[in-house]
Formats: sequence, structure tokens, C-alpha cells
Amino acid sequence: MSSAFSAINTVQRLPHASVSQENPSVSPLRSFLPFLGSTHKLRPKSLHKNGASIRRQSSIVAVSDVVKEKKTKSSSCLPNLLITKQEGLVLYEDMILGRAFEDMCAQMYYRGKMFGFVHLYNGQEAVSTGFIKQLKKEDCVVSTYRDHVHALSKGVPARAVMSELFGKTTGCCRGQGGSMHMFSGEHNVLGGFAFIGEGIPVATGAAFTSKYKREVLKEADCDHVTIAFFGDGTANNGQFFECLNMAALWKLPIIFVVENNLWAIGMSHLRATSDPQIYKKGPAFGMPGVHVDGMDVLKVREVAQEAVARARRGDGPTLVECETYRFRGHSLADPDELRDPAEKAHYATRDPITALKKYMIQNNLVEEVELKAIEKKIDEVVEEAVEFAEASPVPVRSQLLENVFADPKGFGIAPDGRYRCEDPKFTEGTAHV
Amino acid sequence: MWGIIRQKVGAGGISAPSMQRIRPAVSAWRSYSSSGKEMTVRDALNSALDEEMSADPKVYVMGEEVGEYQGAYKITKGLLDKFGPERVVDTPITEAGFAGIGVGSAYYGLRPVIEFMTFNFSMQAIDHIINSAAKSNYMSAGQINVPIVFRGPNGAAAGVGAQHSQCFAAWYASLPGLKVLAPYSSEDARGLLKAAIRDPDPVVFLENELLYGESFPVSAEVLDSSFCLPIGKAKIEREGKDVTITAFSKMVGYALKAAEMLAKEGISAEVINLRSIRPLDRATINASVRKTNRLVTVEEGYAQHGVGAEICTSVIEDSFGYLDAPVERISGADVPTPYAANLERMAFPQVEDIVRAAQRACFRSVPMAAAA
Repeated sequence: MSSAFSAINTVQRLPHASVSQENPSVSPLRSFLPFLGSTHKLRPKSLHKNGASIRRQSSIVAVSDVVKEKKTKSSSCLPNLLITKQEGLVLYEDMILGRAFEDMCAQMYYRGKMFGFVHLYNGQEAVSTGFIKQLKKEDCVVSTYRDHVHALSKGVPARAVMSELFGKTTGCCRGQGGSMHMFSGEHNVLGGFAFIGEGIPVATGAAFTSKYKREVLKEADCDHVTIAFFGDGTANNGQFFECLNMAALWKLPIIFVVENNLWAIGMSHLRATSDPQIYKKGPAFGMPGVHVDGMDVLKVREVAQEAVARARRGDGPTLVECETYRFRGHSLADPDELRDPAEKAHYATRDPITALKKYMIQNNLVEEVELKAIEKKIDEVVEEAVEFAEASPVPVRSQLLENVFADPKGFGIAPDGRYRCEDPKFTEGTAHV
Repeated sequence: MWGIIRQKVGAGGISAPSMQRIRPAVSAWRSYSSSGKEMTVRDALNSALDEEMSADPKVYVMGEEVGEYQGAYKITKGLLDKFGPERVVDTPITEAGFAGIGVGSAYYGLRPVIEFMTFNFSMQAIDHIINSAAKSNYMSAGQINVPIVFRGPNGAAAGVGAQHSQCFAAWYASLPGLKVLAPYSSEDARGLLKAAIRDPDPVVFLENELLYGESFPVSAEVLDSSFCLPIGKAKIEREGKDVTITAFSKMVGYALKAAEMLAKEGISAEVINLRSIRPLDRATINASVRKTNRLVTVEEGYAQHGVGAEICTSVIEDSFGYLDAPVERISGADVPTPYAANLERMAFPQVEDIVRAAQRACFRSVPMAAAA
């Protein structure tokens, strides 16, 4: 127990130390602090086990350090690469799909095919690809309004997403949801929420279901994981903290991924947050808090693998802060005047797609022609999606009143288990349907 | 500023159709008005905030993007430069938090103007609007009053989906302790916002995103800094003698257009701009119905428990003997707002719906069957 207490003391001391060193004018591109602790240490385990868990935990956080360590320690004759060629191509293709799709959305919006609010994901592809490609089909993803690429990474076909954006009946939500409300029952994309913070309790609920299925319904092999994606602005919202508490309390299989792109519309993260290091909020609630470079898909992938494995084992939630950037404005209606062009230029040099391409070519995993072939293939997929969406019909008039209730006419279920409105005797009286 | 609006509208072509519908009403106004100035609703709100903040140092504005971003819809443009960051406060994304902070500061003597980016987001703060603000004067037996204004765009925009399009007039107006205002023109916007800020009670001020860019003529009296409109008085926008059409916010424009179309058929419609949903000006509405003997209520929100339901009941209770036709309610379709453009058009009242309802009330066409 003494080790547990010293762990607690460490947790309490470190934030103070970091604050005194912190210079608010320093850009957030600074080295992160080592991981601060989790309930792991509070459990009465043997010292040896604690030691092992500490080592494992530090490998979660110090990913880029570990990567550098691996590289320097490994012998020079055998390159210790982070990915195989196949994995690299999968990652590359997914990121190119996200980028090409969003660029096409911008074009279509300015041509009037899309309308309302459209929030694009350019620049943040590494986060979506890095995390979602570690999931199975049964795992859930919950997102905010910046959800096109999350849906695509999870497996929703590009043509379904594009039709939805055009407002056509062949869209993934029959044209009723729109850009901000991408749902897919088949691929377990649980939205798509316009209110930031709203998706976090929903994701926590999905994780609760997974645990419930395993423990109450006795589906022994149910190890489904949920990932909640949200931004830096959301990390100041009350719902976020409520869910961190409950997820850690009940050890839910969820990963909270903060896509910290430093801006909430025009509000800089540093102006809105008392302590801008979001990952530190994890240990305050008893879960590991990890900071990772969100412009590097390989680093994100490593962190994701560890976090997903942790959740699947039943060890509980993880808070991951991905430092990333959106190349476009908040939405297509945002003039984007407040962001410094120098900042945008800096992050443009850290484009995740270019970084992965460079890594794979430099390490002789692929030839440039193979990557070009992928890009061409994705261009065709996106073009086909647009053609499909254009050619699809708009919803018919009768669709307006459908889907309000799962129960067709809203009268509920009769005692015999069928819908009341299907019982011809039900409308025999004075009730009108 | 027009540039920004054009960029927003042109970028999506989203509000272009509805803009075209409203614009003819404005040009009709132009031909009637004398050579007065014109002002957009956005400028009217901005100037009202500016003047009230200059007059009373206890007034401050708080909300998301109200400062450096100049307001999510540019309503608070220029206020940060003029009054400084202590009085124009940019908040993190915590509606519950900053609405509560506003209420607390109002308890203790300040006069906050809390902006919600849309009233849909006020649902994250509704506990404070209802339980901390509206009920406090009653619970404290008059010791603590809450001179706060909650303002922001309400109702549907264009293509923004189910979570951004709800009209909350009926929800807030159902509660005693809150005053609920819904301006239409620039004159309404200026006068009502000034009245709301000066009012010692919590006021929910429901604007409309699509009206922000609309221009209306304003007289010199309206531009005066002491101009104020009374809370609880409706305005008769257009006099008539055959049917009374009540509306608020954007629907007033539609009702005026409908009145033009009805005039061509020989039906003279009286259009009432409610301005104040709570307290509702039952006297004006009833006096009008006693004159015309027919009523059509128009609103964007849902029919059940809506503003129109309340108005119809009020008229039936007070002026039943004067009614020559069943009261007609026009409201939004009973569905969450769909995204697809054609479905969205069907989900909200259009000018033709108002015309048809007025015709039904005047028995010019076949009445609808009893079953829906």
C-alpha cells in the first residue's frame, strides 16, 4: 500500500510542478509530462505486478519516446519498423479517402449541392484512421458534427455518406439526418451529434451496454469497445467530466479521444481552458491520461492499440489527447479570420498523409507508384459517390412523417405483442388514426 | 457586413429560396414607407446592445464567440473593442456553466445579457433558465429578482438538421416567471431588446437567424436611444376586416405575404405581430377577432401545446360568440426537422399554407375532413 500512497503523492505533486514551469505564451507544441497514475496502483497487488504495470503504463504514454528508444536500441542491420506494408497501405488508403471526400464536400457545397452546416476534417485524418482501424465491426464510434471521416473509417460506404449530404433518400439516414447526424446501425456509428458533449454520455452508455452484456446477459465473449471522439472545446463541458467519473468508476470499455485542434470556432483553446493540458484530467478521475502527436498516424496507432487492448481486457477507460489541427475553418461558412497564417503554415508541413507517405517510401515499404494507384482508386470512389448521390432521388413526400416512432403510428404495443395500429378492432371506436 | 451575409448565403445557397420569399414583403414595405432610414435586424440588435451598455455599466454580454469572433452571427460586432473583455465575455463551451454564472451575477445586482448560439443549445442550460432564474422571485418572496436577458436565434434556419431547428417559444412561454419576446422587424428588435435589458425580470429573447439580414424601415423615433417598446403589447402590422392572422418572428413576414395574396382574392386579412409570447396580448387578439370573426394562428413550432393552441383557446374562452368559423392553427409538421431540402420545406409552414387556411376560414374552399 505504501507504493500506492507514494503514487498518490506523485499525482498530487506533479501538476503543481508543471504549473510553475508553464509559460502561457509557449505554444502547446511542447513535450508532454509522464503519465500520472491510474487505479491500477491503488489495487492491493504485489510489488512485482505493480512494477510491470508501471512499465506498461509508461509505454502507453511515452509512445514517441518508446518509438525512439526502439529505434536506437534495435540493431542497425534489422530495421524495426512500426508497420508492415499491408498495414501501411490500409492506413494510407483510409486517410486518402478521408481527405479526398472532404475536399469533394467543399466543392459540392460551393456548387450548392450541399447545404446547412458542413464541418470538414482535413488535417485530422491520422486520428480517425489511427483509432478506428483498430476496431472490429461490432465496436462503436460516437462523434460530433465533424463526423464524415469517422463514418468512412468505420466502414460506411462513401456513396451512402455523400447521398446523405446531398439530402437524398439513398443516404445512410435517408436524407433525414444530414452532415452532422451520421448514424449507421450496421457499422455501429452511433452519431453524429450537433451539440458538443452530447455524444460522450451516449458513448459511455454504449460501453456500459458492452459490460452489461458480458456480466448480466452472460455473453461471455462480448468485449466490444466504444470510442468517443470530441474536441478541445468539449473538454470544458460538464458532461465530459461526469462521464470520466462514471467510466472510471465502473471500468467501462471506452476510450475518450480528444481531437485537440486548438480552436473551437474562433475561441482558442488557451483562452478557454484554465489548464490546457487535457490529458491531465484523466488521472484526476482515475484513468490513464495520454498525450500523443495526432498528426502522426503511426504514433496514434500505437496508443490506440494499447488503449483498445486495455479496454478489451476489462481494465477500464483511457483518455487520449491527440494534438492535431484542422486545415480548413470550423465549417464551410466560417471565414476563419482569427487563426494565425503562420500557425496554419506550420501545421501544413505536418500533414499526416505526407508524413506517412514519406515514412513508407523512406523505409522501402512501398513504391511511389503503388501510392499513386491508391490515390487514383480513391478519386474514382469519390467521383462515383458524387454521381450516385446526384442520380439518387430526393425523398418522397410520404417520407416526411416516417420514422418519428419505431412503432408505426405511435399507438404503442398491444398486450398480444403486436402493434396496436395493426389490430383492425382498435380503430373501430371513436379513435381516429 | 452584407459581404459576410452574401458569403454565407452564396456559399450554400441555403437560405436563398426563403430569402426570395421574404424580400418581396420588404419591397412592399418600401413602397408604403415614407423616406425613412432602413436598418437590418442585426444592426438594430447591435445598436440596442451598444446603447444599453453605454447607458448602464452594470449591463454586460456573455456567451460563446461574442467577443473576438464578433458574435457567431455578428450581432455583438464591435462591442469588444468598445467595452473591453470584462464586459463582453467570451466563454468556453459550457452553456449550463455560463447561464448559471449569469443568473448568479443577476441575483447580486448586475444585468447580464446571455447569448446562446442558438436556442437549441439553451437546453443544456435550461435548468438555470427555469429553476434559478424564472422561479427565484417567487421562491424568495420578492427579495431576489433576476434582471437577466437570454437571447439568441430560435427556430429553423436552412438545412441545419433536427438538433438546430426547433422553435422554443411554446416551451419557455409555458412557465410563469419568464417573459418571452419574439421580435420581427428592426423596430421590434431594437425596442424589445432595450425593454428586455431594462426589465427587472428574466426575459427570453427569441430572434431568428434568417431575419438578421433583413432590412426594415425605421423612423427617427426608433433610432432614438431612449426608444423602448412595451412588453406584452402586440402590434397590428396590417389592418383588415375578414380574418385575423396571428404570427410571430419570421412567420409575420410570411403572413404579410399571404395577406397580399388574399387581398387579390378580395379577402382582407388583419395581421397581428405578437411581439410578446408571454405575457400574451389577449386583449388585442380578442378585439381583432371580435372585429373579423375568424382566426388563423401561424407558428413554426409544433402544434401540440404550441403558441397557436394557447391563442385559439384564449379566443374560444373570451370571444366564442363572435366566431363565424372554426379557429385554424398552422404549425410545423409533427416531426423532428429533416435535413433533405424538399422535406424541410414541407416541414414548415409556407405562405400557401397560410393562404389556404385563411380561405378555409372564410369558407372560400372546401373545409378539411375531420380526420387528419
